[in-house]
Amino acid sequence: MYPNDLKYSDEHEWVRISAESNDHAEIGITNYAQDSLGDVVFVEMPEIGAKVTQFDKFGEIESVKAVSDLFSPVSGTITHINEALIDSPELINNDPYGDGWVMKVKLDDPSELDQLMDAETYTASLG
Amino acid sequence: MKSELKRTPLYQSHLQYNARMTPFGGWDMPVQYQHGILHEVEQVRNNAGIFDVSHMGRFEFSQHGAGKFLDTVLSVQASALRHGRAKYHMICDEKGGIIDDAIVYNLMPDRFLLVVNAGNADRDREWLLAKMKQYNQKHGYDIQFTDISRHIAMIALQGPNAVQIMDLISDGKASKIRRFRAGEVTILNKRILAARTGYTGEDGFEIMFDAQDSHQIWKLMIDSGAAPCGLGARDVLRLEAGMLLHGSDMTVENNPYEAGLGWTVAPDRAEYIAGQALRAIRDQGVEKRMIGFIVRGRGIARQGYSLIHEDERVGSVTSGSFSPTLNAAIGIGYVQTQVADANAKIAVEIRGKTVDAEIVGLPFYKPTK
Repeated sequence: MYPNDLKYSDEHEWVRISAESNDHAEIGITNYAQDSLGDVVFVEMPEIGAKVTQFDKFGEIESVKAVSDLFSPVSGTITHINEALIDSPELINNDPYGDGWVMKVKLDDPSELDQLMDAETYTASLG
Repeated sequence: MKSELKRTPLYQSHLQYNARMTPFGGWDMPVQYQHGILHEVEQVRNNAGIFDVSHMGRFEFSQHGAGKFLDTVLSVQASALRHGRAKYHMICDEKGGIIDDAIVYNLMPDRFLLVVNAGNADRDREWLLAKMKQYNQKHGYDIQFTDISRHIAMIALQGPNAVQIMDLISDGKASKIRRFRAGEVTILNKRILAARTGYTGEDGFEIMFDAQDSHQIWKLMIDSGAAPCGLGARDVLRLEAGMLLHGSDMTVENNPYEAGLGWTVAPDRAEYIAGQALRAIRDQGVEKRMIGFIVRGRGIARQGYSLIHEDERVGSVTSGSFSPTLNAAIGIGYVQTQVADANAKIAVEIRGKTVDAEIVGLPFYKPTK
């Protein structure tokens, strides 16, 4: 449910550091988050090139029942957004750590990752 | 507090079928089962779904004069209903404000059943009992009130395959019951009351039976092909069908005419306590009116969001959701009458952004067959 190679935030986002370069990260929402939201029907994301700040809001995600904010687990510049989510937001429910990724970011400061949780700590935080 | 929430007779069945529970109107109710709201909506539109509606208030009025009494407090003439017939109506106060919306059934001579919203049941009971006591005293009647909500479970079976499933699991008489009528059928050798009514826009039944049989009947329906559905799907389905939810889309501050429910009101009756007020509202016209709209830009309109016309706020959203059946964001809400009448261009303010929307007639969705 919570892969060991990812880092996790209190706001239920995950970060995967690129295998090629340690200042590039892929970001999405956790299985817990997608399960709590229920069927995702709409994702509002910023544009490529936009700046994001660690723990600040960067987008919105809507399920059938409610709208929630998306918070960036890192600071940096958006290099990719997952355009497949525009037509297929259900990818977030079906594959939150794979095809349901939300954005890729070039990190301002890789040491920010130290403020995130590993899988074990995150799992324990869910109680 | 969770411990104070009431549980329906089907509570254990919901847990067994992996429901996610949520508080609703004082009850701990399933919001969805494991496959999610979208799946449940799709099942009701294309197959059949079942809903536990045992939380709804069910009141019986019996003995001589029961129908005449109901004529004084309901927006329709209950005493004119033939046996086995049901009618949707409003319960209005003396000012014409909507206390609740409900369905009244004439079950047999001098015996009527009223089905009211769960969240309003306590207030309805108190209000109706006070009116009934006055009526009994004034006319020397002995009308009896019985709250059967706790002893009688209620399941809604809805969808294009609902009738087929009901016939399959019963004595086959269910399909003979016509729309907005009720009759007795036998399921598992037990006699139950089946009404051809619902809150989804689909054909189907709402059935009432002894609470102790509820798990067996729930399971039988699932084993016969119906999908268990929660309040999440129910809210989407009723909105797609253009049906209002009391407490969200109308309150005692609203009258039936502005809510677009004038068709449920027969105010020209001397005995009706809200008649005078409702006639005045009808004759004077209303300042605001309920409309339906489809969001044409990106985003979903939610309850409380402003409706905009020519840069001015002209109303607000009372219910809004993504509609899987229309694959669009839909909503309903009150706007100024001139905006509604002109079918004017409107927009919704979605968290700071103004997004175009189009006024459309209700319902959003109608079954094809």
